Amino acid sequence: MNRLILNKIILALSTLSAVIGIGFLFWILATLSYKGITSIHWSTFTNDLVAGGIRNLLVGQFTMALMASAVAVPLGMMAGIYLREYGHGSKLASVIRNLSDVMMSAPSIVIGVFVFALFVDPFGGYNGWAGIVALAIMMIPIIISTTDNMLSLVPTELREAGMALGGSKHKIIMQIVVKAAKVGITTGVLLSFARIIGETAPLLFTSANNQFFTMDLTEQFPSLTVSIYNLATYPDLESRELAWAASFILTVIVLCINLIGRYAIRNKK
Amino acid sequence: MGGKLFRNFSFLSATLSFFLLVGIFAILFTYAQEAMHEFGFDFLFTEAWEADEDDEGGIFGGYVPIIGTLLSTLIAMAIAVPLAMGIAIFLTEIASDAIGKPVSIAIELLAAIPSIIYGMWGLFYFAPIVQSTVGGNGVGLLTAGIVLAIMIIPFMAAISRDAMNTTPLVLKESAYAMGATKFEVIKDVIMPYSKGGIIGSIILALGRALGETMAVAFLIGSVMSIPGSITDPTTSIPVLLANNFAEAQDLEMSSMYFLALILFVVSFIIISTAKFYFLGRKVKG
Amino acid sequence: MGKNNLVMDIKDFSFTYSGAEEPSLKKINLPVLENKITAMIGPSGCGKSTLLRAMNRIHDLYSGNKYEGLINLYKADGSKENILDLKKENDFIKLRQQVGMIFQKPTPFPMSIFDNVAYGLKLSGIKNRSELEGRVEKALQGAAIWKETKDRLKESALGLSGGQQQRLCIARAVALKPRVLLFDEPTSALDPISTGAIEELITELKEELSVVIVTHNMQQASRLSDYTAFMYLGDLAEYDKTDKIFLNPSKKLTEDYITGRFG
Repeated sequence: MNRLILNKIILALSTLSAVIGIGFLFWILATLSYKGITSIHWSTFTNDLVAGGIRNLLVGQFTMALMASAVAVPLGMMAGIYLREYGHGSKLASVIRNLSDVMMSAPSIVIGVFVFALFVDPFGGYNGWAGIVALAIMMIPIIISTTDNMLSLVPTELREAGMALGGSKHKIIMQIVVKAAKVGITTGVLLSFARIIGETAPLLFTSANNQFFTMDLTEQFPSLTVSIYNLATYPDLESRELAWAASFILTVIVLCINLIGRYAIRNKK
Repeated sequence: MGGKLFRNFSFLSATLSFFLLVGIFAILFTYAQEAMHEFGFDFLFTEAWEADEDDEGGIFGGYVPIIGTLLSTLIAMAIAVPLAMGIAIFLTEIASDAIGKPVSIAIELLAAIPSIIYGMWGLFYFAPIVQSTVGGNGVGLLTAGIVLAIMIIPFMAAISRDAMNTTPLVLKESAYAMGATKFEVIKDVIMPYSKGGIIGSIILALGRALGETMAVAFLIGSVMSIPGSITDPTTSIPVLLANNFAEAQDLEMSSMYFLALILFVVSFIIISTAKFYFLGRKVKG
Repeated sequence: MGKNNLVMDIKDFSFTYSGAEEPSLKKINLPVLENKITAMIGPSGCGKSTLLRAMNRIHDLYSGNKYEGLINLYKADGSKENILDLKKENDFIKLRQQVGMIFQKPTPFPMSIFDNVAYGLKLSGIKNRSELEGRVEKALQGAAIWKETKDRLKESALGLSGGQQQRLCIARAVALKPRVLLFDEPTSALDPISTGAIEELITELKEELSVVIVTHNMQQASRLSDYTAFMYLGDLAEYDKTDKIFLNPSKKLTEDYITGRFG
């Protein structure tokens, strides 16, 4: 019977696509782990890039991502709070919500170009602050959207109950509503952190890279991802091995943050 | 903090995305002025990208990176759409919980891997395979397109799966109760019911593919020429920006801003279309 | 009441949901008579919907459920088949074409009114346009919704009111000419006027086919049905002619339930 055969074929093809998808994940993770682990030495963590290690790169990447989060998380959360708690239902809020969604998908390289024009060109060179700004611009819309969505899951009764006890609106928001949405918002913050810590394009010509250890944000700033891009294209074996080691470590960091954000926190409740 | 202050601060934060969007457009537009005046509309169709010897002027056209961007995206979409739909169908309709859950997690992890990793892996492991099976020298349009596809598949599959999952159970059951096969239920009930979300996911993935930098930068070859065959190297807007933006001067720099503006506007249109027409307010609260 | 031919016969039927320790239905024995309306009543959780969903094996969309006993379906030619023996997808499809189902909420598919009714027909292999049109019209007339829909057959079915949607779903099921039609609380989501129209329709349908209806509304059961099965905690507590059940039940438990002492 024709339609039964067609049914079987389509179901088999769907299963096959899932197998292909999983296959690629394993292929990528397997080669990455193999290449990465065999390239990692103790000195990888203790030396700076100039001496064949990634210590300064890890510190630099985390510094920029954390500083960007310190700017983006409060701003994004406040914006999300406005959209859901104050502007909810208004035309303005819906316009802002849509623009923020669009910003979330803006090409990251364009954000790099924008930040270059504002914070690199006028100041005479690459600097860590520019990298932080670029990452923060990428992060803010994600935090807005997460906060907005998570607050929308908090039942209206909770707000009304707070009001009925005579609480003022901003206190109810901070003390009841945001608290109720805490788990979801934390997950969102972790996931967006995982996303920006793996970004390369917005850093290429903002903070660029630095071979040496530095905490001076007015200088070129060391970056793990930008280094991977540079190292991978060098012809010598040592650079390539360092690129694999760095890629492996970056992937482990990103996937761990993802797993913690998605499953550990959510299940713990 | 007083209530009024809190409210005003939250309002200002909310307007930030508006100012960022307008700011990006304004800055790119301003800095692109020189190139716009010099080349005008012809910029889109000029193949040359040559600086004069004194580095002060030259002829710069966006044709090659624009075509490269479009072609690599096209290849990626042609591969990604059927596979992502297959995965979404597998996850919503075929897999039992015991299999579906881990596969779902794996797909989400695949989506979380930074794009530079896809680029690295593609350059050292996938490009040689393309070279030995299809020909060419490994890096080029086809390799970039395929790796780009692998990158956007999980994203597309995850959104489509969420959309398909919104189909009410009772609607599916009533189609089965009419004697429909699984495929018929998928085709006639689930797909039409969730088509907004599915098309939305495809368009969002398209936007991602157009703007993707790192995965493509490793693999497209970064050569300023129109590809003669599918394995030939070429370049794309993000890749050209990534590699040459910082060193460019004057008119060339302005032309780069012009390209960034084009990319920004095109993604803006694509993403807005996806959000407003297909994903709508059904997905958001 | 005329001849009493069996159309379905449930014997010593037990059902256990996937992962559950205890069976949800225990050794049920229930006949379903041809061209009659059989109502299943009982407090929520008693297993009436579970039993109904076994009768077209819609449970099998989810794996791991366990069946015991047998459920015979009598064909028009007098032969019978134990539907619990079915294994192949094609056999399920044939079963569901003979035993249709109407759900609690109206379930119009996201397509036009015409396509909704023609859907099952197309699946069963009818491609001829004029035959399709004829049978769609007949089904819509049979479900008393032809007048309201004949000028808008090409419009989306989602534009109909709740009551109209439910009648459309009945038309869609009737179009396949099933031998049995299963109703799972078909009016619980509808207003009283639509409910009246559906009840009238169900009464008319028994000329053509046999009806099994699960309802939590005892007035509905007594108005509509010829036979009533009262279920309690996974057991069939009592089965008899509807008049007998409602006027003179033989068990105290049944009497308590229909007089509203629990439920």
